[in-house]
Amino acid sequence: MAGKTLYDKLWNSHLVKELENGTALLYIDLHFLHEVTSPQAFEGLRLAGRRAWRAGANMATPDHNVPTTTSERSRGVEGIVDPVSRIQVKFLDDNCKDFGIEEFTIDDPRHGIVHVIGPEQGRTLPGMTIVCGDSHTSTHGALGALAHGIGTSEVEHVLATQCLVQKKARNMLVKVNGALKPGVTAKDVILAIIGKIGTAGGTGYTIEFGGEVIRSLSIEGRMTVCNMAIEAGARAGIVAVDEKTISYLQGRPFAPKGAEWDQAVAVWRTLVSDADASFDAVVELEGGDIVPQVSWGTSPEMVAPVTGKVPDPALAANDSKKGNYQQALKYMGLTAGTPIQAIRLDRVFIGSCTNSRIEDLRAAAAVVKGRKVAANIREALVVPGSGLVKAQAEKEGLDKVFKEAGLQWREPGCSMCLAMNADQLEPGEHCASTSNRNFEGRQGFGGRTHLVSPAMAAAAAVFGHFVDVRDVPLL
Amino acid sequence: MKKFTTEKGLVMPLDRANVDTDYIIPKQFLKSIKRTGFGKNLFDEARYLDKGLPDQECTGRPLNPDFVANQPRYQGASILLARENFGCGSSREHAPWALDDFGIRCVIAPSYADIFFNNCVKNGILLIVLDEKVVDQLFKETAATPGFNLNVDLAAQTLTKPDGSVIKFEVEPSRKHILLNGLDDIGLTMQHADAIRAFEKSYQVKAPWLFS
Repeated sequence: MAGKTLYDKLWNSHLVKELENGTALLYIDLHFLHEVTSPQAFEGLRLAGRRAWRAGANMATPDHNVPTTTSERSRGVEGIVDPVSRIQVKFLDDNCKDFGIEEFTIDDPRHGIVHVIGPEQGRTLPGMTIVCGDSHTSTHGALGALAHGIGTSEVEHVLATQCLVQKKARNMLVKVNGALKPGVTAKDVILAIIGKIGTAGGTGYTIEFGGEVIRSLSIEGRMTVCNMAIEAGARAGIVAVDEKTISYLQGRPFAPKGAEWDQAVAVWRTLVSDADASFDAVVELEGGDIVPQVSWGTSPEMVAPVTGKVPDPALAANDSKKGNYQQALKYMGLTAGTPIQAIRLDRVFIGSCTNSRIEDLRAAAAVVKGRKVAANIREALVVPGSGLVKAQAEKEGLDKVFKEAGLQWREPGCSMCLAMNADQLEPGEHCASTSNRNFEGRQGFGGRTHLVSPAMAAAAAVFGHFVDVRDVPLL
Repeated sequence: MKKFTTEKGLVMPLDRANVDTDYIIPKQFLKSIKRTGFGKNLFDEARYLDKGLPDQECTGRPLNPDFVANQPRYQGASILLARENFGCGSSREHAPWALDDFGIRCVIAPSYADIFFNNCVKNGILLIVLDEKVVDQLFKETAATPGFNLNVDLAAQTLTKPDGSVIKFEVEPSRKHILLNGLDDIGLTMQHADAIRAFEKSYQVKAPWLFS
């Protein structure tokens, strides 16, 4: 019998029942909620007179709408100036109380972006099935969990039944071989992968990321990679469990303790694809070939090496791509052939569920240390992923490094990644951003997003344009 | 849930690949705690020339005359013709809510993003997948024929053109069944409540740390 992939194993261990027509009822171990995609689900439950099937399998936090200025945050929910946002955050608080769901409220020191706090608290565990009404739920796959985004109807379905009706996806292995060169990070790896397979390359698949490069990444780095699996079209990205996974989780507040820890670890060690498992698709990249990436267009597949140029639509593979490239260049206000390093920036955003963990802030701080933000940068924001990340950074003095360089040190939240709060781009502004999406208008009406790693964003902040971070000496 | 059986309607072409959910419904409108009222903000950034705000009255806003939804010939369209990877990006169900509220009952494209696809089924919107060449031909015919409409029959899995010619389409049996009958997913799953409880019982023995 052929071996099983990690995805096969996770699927099989959560199969409640095969249904007719090729679908199955899959058990969900953990459901994260936030304020934007849950209100209508709670309302649906109320209208139908339904309760949560297993309230303890849910965890909530408001992150999308929350302001990031200390003045607003010092007053908790009441401090949210935007009345519409305030209602949504309050509604989450009320719903969690009514349904008995644990919530890290806006003023809890453990509050933060849901995909940052789940692993940080040890809520996310290997072998789990995890869902959330947010497409970047794929982040949790870095710990060997099957995690993906769902819509609001499915949020309601999971609350009511602890299950989802699913059709099994196909298996894809993305293998990154060799070793990364200095200055090249997890973000560059995932952007290079998306550049290679395209924004729909993973549609219908669960992607397992493997190979020496993925093994060499920290858990934080693996989260960055899995976070953007959805940008390659795959709902879920996963990485096999290894010693790094286990030592990352040891001692975290919600991780198992004592005899249960030993029992769990024994199970977690089996969460790898069998040597003879077969994948429906395999993609390989050489880690040593990857250079720091910069997105130039309006889809995460539109990336170029920092040493490269904005591509010429005339050289696109087909007419459809050519049209996309032309549309993207028009929106971005760029011309073909412009060197990436000649793109001047107006704002810098360091944060989001992709890149707001302590390792990201350390990398950014190392680059800006002893330097100043360039005169043409109107605003450079650093938004830690959680209250605990913020506290750790402050303990290490990173906040001072950022502030001395002229960057703003903010309170945790999704912030300018999707710009639902006040942190937004003005029309036409170019932003070096460590977030995950460069869609039209994503960071503000008419705003122009360039996706990069934290170190690249930091370098862009101090030089005012993109530079190859490998050429920037640390001071 | 809303049923989908047949739909005869005007076709509106959106000639753009990788239409993402931010394009379908920008984030500022996601602050609503309701399921309705998103139609006036469908494709907001392409449709209007100014920046849209939540709870804003849209009747006086400046329209982008080049945008397809603003052209007189496509008013009242209920079928959207689109390009590959339609609905990519976020999991916001506000995207199908906006399409539905606007009056779109059916979308035709070569491919869709996974989460968006599921979200549409939950809202009784039929997503039809057709070969790229067939979609391309429909774009040409829609452009060439004012009032171009299609008659969609889900039970028969057919699209009938104004000239009577028929295009067959594939649909997964489970999705077809749900759409045709407008089934309540949660109610259906609740019928398996005993199986879920039995699963939990044996699973708790294997992974007790998930239940402590």
